[in-house]
Amino acid sequence: MRALLKRDLILAFRAGGGFGLGIAFFLIVVVLVPFSVGPESGLLTKIAPGVLWLGALLACLLSLDRILALDWEDGTLDLMATAPLPLEAVVTVKALAHWMTTGVPLVVAAPLFGVLLNLPPQGFVWLVVSLALGTPALSVIGTFGAALTVGLKRGGLLLSLLILPLYVPTLIFGAELARRGAEGQAVSTPLLMLAGISFGVIALLPFASALVLRVNLR
Amino acid sequence: MGSIWEYANPVKFSQTVSRFLAPVAMGATVCLVIGLVWGFFFTPDDFRQGATVKIIYLHVPAALMAINAWFMMLVTSLIWLVRRHHVSALAAKAAAPIGVTMTVIALITGAIWGQPMWGTWWAWDPRLTSFLILFLFYLGYIALWEAIDDPDTAADLTSVLCIVGSVFAVLSRYAVNFWNQGLHQGASVMRAGAITGTDTEEKVSNVFFYPLLVCIIGFVLLFVALVLLRTRTEIHKRRTRALLARERMA
Repeated sequence: MRALLKRDLILAFRAGGGFGLGIAFFLIVVVLVPFSVGPESGLLTKIAPGVLWLGALLACLLSLDRILALDWEDGTLDLMATAPLPLEAVVTVKALAHWMTTGVPLVVAAPLFGVLLNLPPQGFVWLVVSLALGTPALSVIGTFGAALTVGLKRGGLLLSLLILPLYVPTLIFGAELARRGAEGQAVSTPLLMLAGISFGVIALLPFASALVLRVNLR
Repeated sequence: MGSIWEYANPVKFSQTVSRFLAPVAMGATVCLVIGLVWGFFFTPDDFRQGATVKIIYLHVPAALMAINAWFMMLVTSLIWLVRRHHVSALAAKAAAPIGVTMTVIALITGAIWGQPMWGTWWAWDPRLTSFLILFLFYLGYIALWEAIDDPDTAADLTSVLCIVGSVFAVLSRYAVNFWNQGLHQGASVMRAGAITGTDTEEKVSNVFFYPLLVCIIGFVLLFVALVLLRTRTEIHKRRTRALLARERMA
């Protein structure tokens, strides 16, 4: 498992791995929002948590089809399926690698982008907490989507369509947590719900992903 | 009368469908005609909502069937995954376009009613939002069926999507409830308290309720008839393809 994780990370960091893609997309969203809605700081403060969450989600979505597609094309995935490591572990590691290359940079960069969007000081902690809790769920759900569409020629659009409704609960609770944190309200309900979703999908969804991947590899 | 699994045999299923399709379709027609005519012409206007209330006879049954169709797909998907009956997978495939149509009907009739009543075509109310999400689930499900060539692979993948989607659909329902308090009224057609007489809250008056009940029965029968018909069509399509393949081999 460690070897697989290392391999995936190296592949992502090396040239053409698309490591910076998500973060660049995140930057684009955050920079363009003030141009489109106006520079008024009160308005930006109000929408900042939502925009940051939306940007992070879209940046995550952008890189989903890379999780499995490249390994599918060159046959690596078939080898992994026949390896002693169970496929459930493979998809979990793949999701972990995706999170480490996409989710973690987003979490780290989010406070910086929060400054651009005039996020109030008390909001930074909860923004980081919500993203740190929520992005693993995005990666795991995304891996499920990638496993569903891996055999398709142009699965990218279909992947987005399939994933979109699955991302709704995570987005709602994540953005709500960040918003309440920024406005100084009680955060425990969305915090617990977000943590529940995140740990729930991490525990259960790899089994579904491995199941559909087996079907696709048949 | 043997086990219910006998009907998993496509031939037997088709024969049974041929026998039952006409009566069920007739029943649906009769119920819908009676229910809609009764509802539209022989019920009084609501004292506050006027004639707009009559859209209830389309809106409520369609919304009900939109959810029930997904539920039926969930059950047939599970049967396919556990017992590998092709008819079951094809029934799920056949039900999806009907379900999405029902969802669209519910959304559109709701918007038409909402414009004069709430003063807006659309509001991000939990029920409306949940239906929009349900609509997206249906679209994804249908698109996945269409995108995959191999029928067994497609059946497997869509079944898993249906099951995972159901979990997330329920989750979304609670999430949007939490996210926004709504304009939409609560369940007011049928409530446990209303039947036992302990319910003191407002409920749809009997004048509107009976034609609505007929309409709901009509929609259920219509759904059953359409699913049977479409499943049989899918079976025939599958068989045609098999025969053509065999001919090409010979």
